[in-house]
Formats: sequence, structure tokens, C-alpha cells
Amino acid sequence: MSKPKRGWLSRLKAGLSRTSASLGSGIGGIFSRGRLDDEALEELEELLILGDMGAATAAELSATLAEEKFGKEVSEEEIRSALADQITAILEPVAQPFPIDRAAKPHVVLVAGVNGTGKTTTVGKLASQFRADGLSVMMAAADTFRAAAVEQLKIWGERTDCPVVARDGTGGDPAGLAYDAYARARDEGVDVLLIDTAGRLQNKANLMAELQKIDRVVKKIDAAAPHTRLLVLDATTGQNAHSQVEIFREAIDIDGLIVTKLDGTAKGGVLVALAKRFGLPVFALGVGEAVEDLRPFDAREFARALMNLEN
Amino acid sequence: MFETLSSRLSTAFDKLTRHGALTESDVSAAMREVRVALLEADVALPVVKQFIDEAKEEALGAEVLKSVTPGQQVIKVVNDHLVKMLGGAGSVDINLAAEPPAAILMVGLQGSGKTTTSAKLAKLLGEKEKKRTLLASLDTRRPAAMEQLQVLGEQAGIDTLPIVKGEAPVAITKRAMKTGREQGYDIVILDTAGRLHVDDELMDEVAAVRKAAKPVETLLVADSLTGQDAVNVATQFKERVDVTGIVLTRVDGDGRGGAALSMRAVTGCPIKLIGVGEKLDAIEAFHPERIASRILGMGDVVSLVEKAQETIDEKEAVKLAKKVKKGGFDLNDLSSQLNQMRRMGGMDGLMGMLPGVGKVKKQMAAANVDEKSLDRMQAIISSMTKAERVKPKSLNGSRKRRIAAGSGTTVQDVNRLLKQFKQMNMMMKRVGKLGEKGLMRAGIPGLMPPQ
Repeated sequence: MSKPKRGWLSRLKAGLSRTSASLGSGIGGIFSRGRLDDEALEELEELLILGDMGAATAAELSATLAEEKFGKEVSEEEIRSALADQITAILEPVAQPFPIDRAAKPHVVLVAGVNGTGKTTTVGKLASQFRADGLSVMMAAADTFRAAAVEQLKIWGERTDCPVVARDGTGGDPAGLAYDAYARARDEGVDVLLIDTAGRLQNKANLMAELQKIDRVVKKIDAAAPHTRLLVLDATTGQNAHSQVEIFREAIDIDGLIVTKLDGTAKGGVLVALAKRFGLPVFALGVGEAVEDLRPFDAREFARALMNLEN
Repeated sequence: MFETLSSRLSTAFDKLTRHGALTESDVSAAMREVRVALLEADVALPVVKQFIDEAKEEALGAEVLKSVTPGQQVIKVVNDHLVKMLGGAGSVDINLAAEPPAAILMVGLQGSGKTTTSAKLAKLLGEKEKKRTLLASLDTRRPAAMEQLQVLGEQAGIDTLPIVKGEAPVAITKRAMKTGREQGYDIVILDTAGRLHVDDELMDEVAAVRKAAKPVETLLVADSLTGQDAVNVATQFKERVDVTGIVLTRVDGDGRGGAALSMRAVTGCPIKLIGVGEKLDAIEAFHPERIASRILGMGDVVSLVEKAQETIDEKEAVKLAKKVKKGGFDLNDLSSQLNQMRRMGGMDGLMGMLPGVGKVKKQMAAANVDEKSLDRMQAIISSMTKAERVKPKSLNGSRKRRIAAGSGTTVQDVNRLLKQFKQMNMMMKRVGKLGEKGLMRAGIPGLMPPQ
């Protein structure tokens, strides 16, 4: 993935600052009293919950904080810093660049997720960024269910000047299409094949079986494929993100996450809880609609921006 | 990872078996559990706080009925209050009281399901209210969004406004309303682009569309899986475009749906419809009672019963009940039960709707019951002769080997099935003894064979 251009951090911060504004100012309110007591801790826990961290993770973070600082005179800045450090430590191991094996020819990326999380948009942005890195990219429109999903990907193909393998209309077999696309990508010596799949709720057993079939069929060409199984998560999703990661991972052994829509108001928290529980790499964050708004994930900057701290 | 509220509360109330009015400390202890349950269900914190304050007041002084434990009493108070906050019993219809064509404006974040919902709504209004609808896409931003609505319109048999490339949303709105008037449509549904509630420019745009269309309904389409952010989204949309109702999507997921309570509480707008599947007829009226028990982790028993009614052949059920009473439940019956289960959405689909499921799920995992084992059981039964199915006792070693070979399983698998069948027969007898009331009290776990 291309190196962050200047200004991405400010974009991320602009997005996150709305979350942090409520988080940060709330914490300020607690610590105007100057001491970390039970009441302050409870409020702190609640504020972390407000960021979608989940009750358990919030309790854990504030308990760790209490161990170090309970009853002590602390400033708001110190508390924010301490929390940001805790969050950084949790997120650092999962902040990893998108791995592309240039020797694979093609490196196959299978993109999965619930409906409306931004899979097609993410595929388009990834294609554009891989192209900018000098890689040749092909896209496979394996969302054969949603109306006009194929057309949507084709437009991304035009924008990024990448071939799109697709069949007209809906109702086709996505696994067959993925197989054909893979065979074609291999014959043409393409560097990266991005397979866009239909959105599916993780509790629909038949749809998850369909996804497993795509995964299986692609293996027939090369047992190492798909080289990256990507789960796209919507940052506005609450605690259901746990269920999404858990079940998609059971189905197709997810390699990593991309979290989208971080330019809204509530976000970040769920990532911390997910990192603690699953430890899956986070390859990128979506912080806007433009191509350059898909950005590498930096744990420290993310944590500090979340706590409304200057880097 | 979610513990149900009832199991949380039963832990909190373990030592509390006496009856009488609930004391303040009882209630406080219970409310701490309720708070966590609501937060785990993604109800937004400010709404949780408001809810707890109000429910606490109602619970205090509530007389504990003789037949229930204090824990159950608290659940009832909490559940009743939840239903009330979600809008009370029953559902609210779409408002169509306007000079035709009545405009319905669909707004929401990206990916919340506006376009699909637009088509579903048009189809619903056509079938239930006999209204003729024109669908118009104002989404000039997402690639192929307009084509998506067009295709959905074709699938649903609903007219869509012809696409004019490069036209701005307000211009499309005016053209849609004009076409609606001139061609005698009852309703015009305007599907807007997804937008962030904090994007001033785009919120201004939708406000301008609203001015041009003067909609009778402005529906906020929101993902039922939304977390704490639900409050911000709903508040902003309400302020900027005066939302009149909410449509919750992806209610067929396994989310707990706390967003419903958050949005209802902060906007005061009724939740009018819910999306329950990918097909175009998968849209339903909102029933607060059902979401309430789901938020509380009590399962959606009503939906389960309805689904069962839809899929289970009643005559077959009566026949089966008679057989069970006589103790004549055979492998043919097991086979038709397995089929019925599959029709109702398989193991997971069913389990998701049942109360107290966490425990059962664990037991099932321990007993290796999953979708595949259902298929295997079915295959084994299919490989038996008719006589064998009625009289499983006749299965000797060589018959079992034949069945295993025929179904692609092993003799051990066949034995396991026969053992499960035997247990099931025992369970059936137990159900007979418990009677209907006993079953309600013991619940599904009471039916599981002792481990």
C-alpha cells in the first residue's frame, strides 16, 4: 500500500475528533475534581463504553488504570495519556500493512463482510492504491446477488483502469466466477486479484456456506489461495462486530480486517475490543469517500487521536 | 459472549427466595445487571441511564406476585417498561395522508439499506394499500446506485423514474414529483444517497430536497446493528431533516437491536418498519414486544412460533402428538422432524430465537449436534428400509453395515443415531409427563438428556 501522504492523519483526527470531543470533554469533567476515586472510575468506564468499547473491555481498561492511579492526584492529561498508552499497547500488534506477495501472480484477496459495510468501495480503493504502487490488478465481481453490484464494480474498474471479470445480471454462481477470474488472472500474469463478494449476515448458514465454497473453489488452482481473506467491518456497528468476526473467521479463516466509515461520530472502541479478543491484523481504515481515505492503521496515532491528544 | 438477562438476574437473586415487595437494595442489584445487559445489547448509554432511572422507580414498591420470584418480577417490570419506551404494543402505519402523489423521503448513513428498503416499501404499499408508487433515485454519488434501484424496481414490478445522467438531486426531485402528478401515481418514494450526519454540505442537500418534495414521511433507514452512535445519527437526522419515522434494517441478523431503543428514545419517532431479509417481501411492521425480549436476551419466542406455524403442517403435528403420547415415535417421524427443522432455517436459525439458548448451545456443541450432523442423520434414515424405520430394533450388525455403506457413514454413526433416537423417545415421554405447563416452566433445557 502506498505510503501515507501528508494530511491523512488530520483527516483521521478530524473524523475521530467528534468521538473524542465527547470522550475527552467527559473525562475532563471527571477529573476537574482532581482525584481518581470510585465515582470517577465508573464515569470513566461509561465514557469508554460510549466509544463502543464494550462493557468488558471498558471495565478492564479502567481497572488497569485504577491499579496504577487509584486515589492519587492526577491531571486529565495524565489520564488520557495513560489510557492512550494502554490502547496503543493493545492495538500495536494488530497494526500491520496489507501483505502482498508479488511472487504469487496473482495474490488473491477474498473480500467478505455483512451487507452495507463498504466491501465494493474498499475493493475499488484498494485497486487504486495497488495500481499506484505499480501493481497490475484485476477485480472479480462475485457479488451476483445484489442488483447493480456488478455495474458498481465495473465503474471502479474504469476509474482505476483495471479489468473486471463479471457476468451480466444477477443469480450466477459466485464460486464459478471467482474460479474463472483466478484462472484468467493467472494466465495474464496479474499481480493482484480482488474478489468482491455479496454482503451476507453471518447468521445465515446457507450464505456462509456459499462463501466457504468460493474459498474452496479458489484453492483448486492453488492451495495457498486465497492469500488474504479480508473482512470489511463497519465502524458504526456495535457489539455485533464480535459475532461478525467470530463467525466469518470460523467460516473462512479471516486473515485481517479493514474498518470503514471512521469519518462518522462513533468509532474506534470496537477495534480495541476486537484486537484484545481476536488479535486479527487491521490492514487499513476507511476515513472518507475518496480513494486516499483508505489509510494504513497506525496504533499509536489512532489511540492518541481517539483520546484527543496531540501526537 | 452474551449472557441473557434472566441468567444474570437469577445469579443476582440466588439467595433471594422470599416474597413480598422488592426492597431498594434488591432493585439496585438487579438494575446493575440490567444496565450491563442493555449495554451489551448496544443500547446507547444516555438511554440506558434514563431507562434504569425510570424502571427502578416502577420496580420499587411493585408487589411481588406469589407465583414468581423477585428476579422474574424485575424482568417483567423491565420488559414492560422497555415495550413502553419502544412505542407500546402494536405497530404504527406509514402516513399517506396527503394529496397524491404523497412523497416519502428515505434518508440515512451509507450502507444502511435505503435502496433495498425503498423497493421493499413500494412493493408493500402496492400489495397492502393498493397504491401505485414511482421510485426515484437521488443518489448521484455511489457508482451504479441509480441502476440498482432501477433493477430492484423491475424485480418488484414498480416503476422507476428514468435516469438522466448528471442531474442534481433537487432537480431529480422536482422531475419525480412532476412525473408523479402528471402520471397519476399515489406515492413517490425518493431514495437519497447515503450521507454522514456530520457532513454539513450533504445534510444541506437533503434539506433542500425535502423543501422541494414536501414529503409526508421522512424515513430514517438505520442498521439495527448500530452501536452507541445510534444516538448521534438519529438526533442529527431528526434535527436537520425532521425525520417522521424509522425503518430498522438487518433485523434478521443476530444483533440484539439496542439501536431501536436508542433511536426511538432520542427522536420520539416511531419505528415503523423492519427489514428482515434480502428478498423484496422481507419487510414487516415493527412490534415493540418482540424487540424488547430480544434486547433483554430472552429470545424472540413470538417470531419462532409464527415461523413454526408457517412451516409446520398442522395435521402432521397433530398426528405426531398422538404418536408421541402412545410412545410410537419412529424413525420416519424423526426424519420429518429433521426436514421441518431445516425448513425453519436450520439449527442456528432456530436457536437464535429461543430463550436461554446459551446453555443449550453449549450442550449441543458438547454433543456434536450441528447442521452437518442433521444431514448425516437424514442420510442414515434414508438408507433404511421402510420396515427398519418403523422398527429400529430389527437393526442387526449386517443391516447396520449396509446402512452405513449406503449413507456414506460408519456403523458408529448409525449406532449414534440410534442412541440419539432412543434418548429422544425418552425425552418425548418426559414431555408427556411434564405436560404443556411443565414444559413452559422447565424450558428447553429441561428436555435435554442429563449429561
